[in-house]
Amino acid sequence: MSADTLTRDPAVEATPRPARPRRAVPILAILAVLPVVALLASFTLGRYAIPLPDLFTVFFGHLLGWPQTWPSATEMVVFNVRLPRIGIALLVGAALATSGTAYQGIFKNPMVSPDILGAAAGAGFGAAMAILMDFSTVGIELSAFVGGLIAVGITYALGNSIGRGSNAVLVLVLTGMVVQAMFSAFISITKFVADPNNKLPEITFWLMGGLSSVSNNEFFVLIAPFLVGVVPMFLLRWKLNVLSFGEEEAQALGVNTRTIRLIFIVCATLLTSSSIAVAGMIGWVGLIIPHLARLLVGPDARVLLPASLLIGAGYLVIVDDIARTAFPTEVPLGILTAIIGAPFFMFLLVKGRDAW
Amino acid sequence: MVTRLAVRDAACGYGSRTVIDAISFDVSSGEVLCLLGPNGVGKTTLFKTLLGFLPLKGGSMTVDGEDLRGWSRKRFAQVIGYVPQAHTPPFPFRAEQVVLMGRTAHLGTFATPSAADVAIAEEAMELLGISHLADRVYTEISGGERQMVLIARALTQRPKLLVMDEPTSNLDFGNQMRVLSRVNALAESGLGVVMTTHVPDHAFWCGSKVALLRPGGFDIGTPLETVTEDSLRQVYGVEVKLTQTQLADGRIARGCVPLLT
Repeated sequence: MSADTLTRDPAVEATPRPARPRRAVPILAILAVLPVVALLASFTLGRYAIPLPDLFTVFFGHLLGWPQTWPSATEMVVFNVRLPRIGIALLVGAALATSGTAYQGIFKNPMVSPDILGAAAGAGFGAAMAILMDFSTVGIELSAFVGGLIAVGITYALGNSIGRGSNAVLVLVLTGMVVQAMFSAFISITKFVADPNNKLPEITFWLMGGLSSVSNNEFFVLIAPFLVGVVPMFLLRWKLNVLSFGEEEAQALGVNTRTIRLIFIVCATLLTSSSIAVAGMIGWVGLIIPHLARLLVGPDARVLLPASLLIGAGYLVIVDDIARTAFPTEVPLGILTAIIGAPFFMFLLVKGRDAW
Repeated sequence: MVTRLAVRDAACGYGSRTVIDAISFDVSSGEVLCLLGPNGVGKTTLFKTLLGFLPLKGGSMTVDGEDLRGWSRKRFAQVIGYVPQAHTPPFPFRAEQVVLMGRTAHLGTFATPSAADVAIAEEAMELLGISHLADRVYTEISGGERQMVLIARALTQRPKLLVMDEPTSNLDFGNQMRVLSRVNALAESGLGVVMTTHVPDHAFWCGSKVALLRPGGFDIGTPLETVTEDSLRQVYGVEVKLTQTQLADGRIARGCVPLLT
């Protein structure tokens, strides 16, 4: 720590104070435009092209009950195919990015994500079991949530009892990997016992992550857990800043760490697992989007959390557009997010710690 | 001088283990209590109990006559400011944001800091002469600067009592002295201060009172009564010579000279 003990040169201290970085709010306003633009563009894109004016006509015409001047097929595509799909992409992207930001703050580590803590694998196992047993959409969501919560709970409890002091974070990430491996094995068991004619392909395809088979039903089922997960996190987001300073400091600053941390873990896990239940395993979003957001607006959760949510929503809509339009056959979304996410994360690592 | 902190027959410890038993002392506004003693005698246990991290196992602790027992985390933070040892947090917050976190205990459950809270944070930084650090990244400033930021954060809590954990550890000589001068100035402004230290000299430079902890017991008194050649030999197992110099203005400066063998 030799650099720490150096006294600063008084001349350096006397240099005029830099202009205040008060750019966070304008950036947030710009970011808010991103999902909107992505949303509009996504409605027009696809095998069945719908020009923007037609889109508005159909949309408002349908809602306001205008006499139908458009082909029924257009209306079908807009309301029953694209609306649920784009809506779910928005919600899932926002949910994964927000939960990633929360996990990173609670666990005081910019390297954790829903995947690393085992939440994704746990939720995946829960959902795979539910698919195997023919549960309804709500049943799959609940099962995924319970699986995710158990996995994060095990990771956290194990990490806490083994890790002490400075290596606590490393231990947490390692236990996360162990839990993830364990639940991945459980997922394999469900695949192994699944009926190879119908259940096995269903589980396998769902695990790859994708939105190709979603309907309005799933969209409405996803909204409730999304709001239940996001709203408390937004209300308590200042405390997330304080929590990132560690248990005792946060307590000494007046935060009831046990309750607040539990609320964040439950909410973040709810977001992750409900996303996974609907959209399958979509990796990397919860890791790279918070990083990207932090790069843009800094670590203050007051701005970081909304920024992550907006970027995550826009990002997944765009990636899903690529998944369904770029190739002759649709590519599973989870494969694309990994192909984009992994190199981007490498770039962040190379760019160095400053970027966190 | 108002008695801020009153500790009566307090027993402190972890789980079923009692580390310190029947300790009593007062800290008034304007006073600095130095907690001295070798590693493992319970300095940390004592101040963790004071901060409410550990439950009090017996006796009582009061601040301004109010018993600490049963206080919420929030209440603790409104009355007692904690200055931990400076460490590196995982995220690059700006120094001003770190200081602003001191306002947390005064905010509603779902609130974020207001302009008034920002003003209080700026005032604390100004008081400590670190306004120029406001926009610097906390993880990139020096250890001494970080310690100052943490003190500013504790002041932003508007506490009656300041609890400092080895505020000079990991600092170079100049920064150590600057931090200690601040501690004295803060006490003069009416705060009660409790600080742990490994340097007996600090008792002479800052301490109005000293609690010298040793295995199985403790001495409490003025620095001159408590920090003696005998007591230091007994507690640390080191031969020490106490020296003093008369300064030009008539004050007497004291210090310990360890006799190395």
